[in-house]
Amino acid sequence: MTDFKMPSLGADMEAGTLVEWRKKPGDLLQPGDIIAEVDTQKGLIEIEVFEGGILDKYLIEVGDKVPVGTPMASLRPEGTTGVPAKEVKEQVHPIQEKEKPEEAQATEHSEKVNIPSKEKLSEEKSFKDKPSEETSSEEKLSEEKHRIKISPLARTIAEKNRLDLSGITGTGEGGAIIKADVEKAMAAKKEEKHEETLEKKIEEQVPERPVKEQKTTEPAAAGISPQESIRKAVAAAMSLSNREIPHYYLEKRIDMLKALTWLKETNQQREISARLMPAVLFIKAVAKAIDSAPALNAVWENGLQLKNEINIGFVVSLRSGGILVPAIKNADLKSTDEIMISLNDIIPRARAMRLRSSELSESTITLTSLGENGADKVFGVIYPPQVAIVGFGSIIDEPVVQKGMLAFRPVVHVTLAGDHRATDGLTGSRFLEALNNHLQNPETL
Amino acid sequence: MENQKNIEPQKAADLLYQMLLMRKFEEKSAELYTKEKIRGFLHLYIGEEAVATGVIQTLKPEDYILGTYREHAHALARGVDAGAIMAEMYGKQEGCSRGRGGSMHLFDKEKNFFGGNAIVSGHLPMATGMALASKKLKKGNITVCFFGEGAAAEGEFHEALNLASLWKVPVLFVCENNLYAMGTALRYSHSMQELEKKGQAYGIESAAVDGMDLLRVMEAATKAVDLVRSTGNPYLLVCNTYRFRAHSMFDAELYRDKAEVEEWKKRDPIPQFREYLLKENLINEEQIGEMEERLKQEIQKAVDFAEAGTWEPEEDLGKFVYTQNSAS
Amino acid sequence: MSEMIKITYREALKAGIREALTNDERVFLMGEDVGRYGGAFAVSKGLLQEFGEDRVMDVPLSESGFVGAGIGASLAGMKPIVEVMTVNFGLLPMDQIVNNAATMLHMSGGQINVPVVIRMSCGIGKQLAAQHSHSWEPLFAHIPGLVVLSVGTHEDARGMLHTALEHPDPVIIFEYTSMLNREAEIPADAGPMDISLAKVRREGKDISIITYGIGVHKSMEAAEKLAEQGIDAEVIDLRVLRPLDEKCFLESVVKTHRALLVEEAWGSINVSSEVSARIMEKAFFDLDAPVKRLGGVEVPIPYPLHLENASVPQVDDIVNAVIKILRP
Repeated sequence: MTDFKMPSLGADMEAGTLVEWRKKPGDLLQPGDIIAEVDTQKGLIEIEVFEGGILDKYLIEVGDKVPVGTPMASLRPEGTTGVPAKEVKEQVHPIQEKEKPEEAQATEHSEKVNIPSKEKLSEEKSFKDKPSEETSSEEKLSEEKHRIKISPLARTIAEKNRLDLSGITGTGEGGAIIKADVEKAMAAKKEEKHEETLEKKIEEQVPERPVKEQKTTEPAAAGISPQESIRKAVAAAMSLSNREIPHYYLEKRIDMLKALTWLKETNQQREISARLMPAVLFIKAVAKAIDSAPALNAVWENGLQLKNEINIGFVVSLRSGGILVPAIKNADLKSTDEIMISLNDIIPRARAMRLRSSELSESTITLTSLGENGADKVFGVIYPPQVAIVGFGSIIDEPVVQKGMLAFRPVVHVTLAGDHRATDGLTGSRFLEALNNHLQNPETL
Repeated sequence: MENQKNIEPQKAADLLYQMLLMRKFEEKSAELYTKEKIRGFLHLYIGEEAVATGVIQTLKPEDYILGTYREHAHALARGVDAGAIMAEMYGKQEGCSRGRGGSMHLFDKEKNFFGGNAIVSGHLPMATGMALASKKLKKGNITVCFFGEGAAAEGEFHEALNLASLWKVPVLFVCENNLYAMGTALRYSHSMQELEKKGQAYGIESAAVDGMDLLRVMEAATKAVDLVRSTGNPYLLVCNTYRFRAHSMFDAELYRDKAEVEEWKKRDPIPQFREYLLKENLINEEQIGEMEERLKQEIQKAVDFAEAGTWEPEEDLGKFVYTQNSAS
Repeated sequence: MSEMIKITYREALKAGIREALTNDERVFLMGEDVGRYGGAFAVSKGLLQEFGEDRVMDVPLSESGFVGAGIGASLAGMKPIVEVMTVNFGLLPMDQIVNNAATMLHMSGGQINVPVVIRMSCGIGKQLAAQHSHSWEPLFAHIPGLVVLSVGTHEDARGMLHTALEHPDPVIIFEYTSMLNREAEIPADAGPMDISLAKVRREGKDISIITYGIGVHKSMEAAEKLAEQGIDAEVIDLRVLRPLDEKCFLESVVKTHRALLVEEAWGSINVSSEVSARIMEKAFFDLDAPVKRLGGVEVPIPYPLHLENASVPQVDDIVNAVIKILRP
């Protein structure tokens, strides 16, 4: 006994509906005979048998739609008789069995396939999914805000070196942390370690050293806000200065026409983000002028100790009050571009109080610049244990006598406050004169 | 049937066997298709056997043959092993195209059988080019290119014929006009239905022949092949024929009357040729019985070969894209 | 160090073709107006007179026909150089190239390779408007089975054809019309060039500019300008658009950590898309900035010069894009 099955007539044929039997039980079938007519999505097709035999019994009824491979009829070899009726009865086709209950519910019982519509299911599902998807994407967005943007390369390096990313400011696209930022942070970390051990030693000697308290990376004392602790630190440092350092003051008016003209020209060729501020020239000029007066780049700790590195502390005023003085390291060795990059880096971090302790402790001389629309002159208070502070007032137009003629020129009043224990007015004067010379040759800065 | 007496009994028997092999082989293929052993498209040549048989028996082994996607019969006529063809349709690596091509892409380079080309008319320019190479290299062989009448509506047909005539290259274009391009009848696809005139328009010698009559096809093909070989010029032979089966397997044949099919079946080339041979005493019933037994065995052997065939490992998927990584 | 000679891109191409015709009897050049006209761009001027009309064949305007014939001739032992006048007509024989040339080896299970060489000139310039300004390298580079070359330098113009003719599989060569009159120095004894590797045209450490074709020159010029600003750009000429030599550009990106991809083809789904994807897949953790692409603006190319120029990346665009990546 063999079954004749719903044939597959194409890869795209999944099922067929029996429309008509062409042969009846008991008929002798020859290969090639048409046994039935089947409706498909392409229309009616006559289906043939490839094996001979006697049609024993129908296994599906006209109107049934069955998947490819479903037995449609049983065939027995020629010369045999039919199976006993009992056996036939028991031979119920599984698909029909399944289909029965559904058919009972259906009002029209003609075209019913026992194949669940995948498309429908997935369609319903996707509609359902939509709202929840939206919330999850919103969540993602808010998560995104907290995410630290970092390039894959920078992340790899940071992970290798177990570097905490939270303190690093990115300079890449959209503020992303890039390789250069990570490397800088690593270098700083190294120095910090070195510095911290050094600091500890000093600390033991000078227990009231205020700089320590300014370390913003360490949590503020319990119950005190960072702003308060900074205020306190500034108070302590300035009181110490006023108590212990005998200040002397010098002032020089410097013509800024050349410097400003040069700045304007160079900035015209630059993207806005790469433009230089006058402060960059001040920093560089101070760093260079120290050549003429090295004693100003020093600390007073059990006597004068000259420093080799020229690290210029740049006073940043906090909006909430107080000041922080991060260092621009090796300012004499940096180009104006690099100083600008440093400023762009440290100013926002200072304002966000995200400076590293080493940045706050390594200055060798302080520079304070009031910027535009500020006071004309500023007389600074030396930041101990340093021995000098240079003050730049606002750049203003003033009448200047030049070659016997009166002319209006942009000028800046520069002051120097020096520690009289360490240096004298002559040193200071030499320094200011050198500073003036450098600012008159901005292109060489 | 053409009253042609000069056919040798052995040759007559071979030709009958050839056509019966094509028929039985494809009937078996259809069965195996419904059993999902063969997949993809399966286009049967049943009814058109006289054309492939009649043309290919006139050729020399060094001649190039290009076929369409309805090419099982041509491959068999060319002597491509039936087992290798069946294995190819199974997708087994023992197939004549290592299973990579399937029913529509039968290739056998040894036999100079160049497909198995399933973009209608796409192989006609190649045929012209192969003939051009034969001419340039003075090989002396010819190229025979089979295609349906549907292909004659494609631009490539016209470009290929124009170039062949312009360059005077030895190519025989054989148009198997079975009246239907899939389901579109000749009258709906060609403004001018005497297809041989399309060759004449390009200055190509052309003829039409009754493609249901093996002896007539042989006669026309012999004339055409001799001419192409001797002159080195192209030729267009239109064989008017009919396919009895659906375009491919999944085809409800909405486009033609059953009566029309039945009418054509009366002109079935195989019984026609058999009756002729019996009448002329070129064969007897006993020999035909023996022949059918042999056929059964050959086809069973082919199926067994395909069944026993092996699947190419998935790791080999990237092979045969570039020659460099195609070593087997 | 061999002696250098000054040569135009056109002369370099011609020298390559001339050498191929001289060295191998099986090589022939076929295309529209390659003979009596001297080539639409005068690349093959004089070759008909030198080699005769069997070796330098003018063909009718039937791209599908003669490209198909070239494929066929290559199947039968010839080494055709088929010239499609410009890529703009390249869609007409696309069926032949994609369905025949690129598939034959695979469909035949490795039996039949297609050693045809197809040259197409391409690129934007000279205000030829929408239908004659296409950059369709990506369309062809999409097809497995093809080798797709982009001739970005004079040395490659001189030497790529030789190697392409030795390749067993179909090779498409893109030549750049706007470079034809450009002069450059190449070694007097310049010979065959490889057709499998991308090349570093300029070494640099800050960023990898990855490009091909006319983009190579624009990128080199941009790199010089960037050097004045202290930016050291590396320029990679992909040369082979399929199969891509990813090793070259991945190594470069691993070194520079940044990549700008430049080409004239429309921005979406072009060669840069693929290069970018491979960088993400295989060099992601070496990236220090997002990969950026400069491609053609997605409009049919307009006629007016200023709009034409605006539709593809120019030197300044490359300079600005690099600066933006390096100094965000």
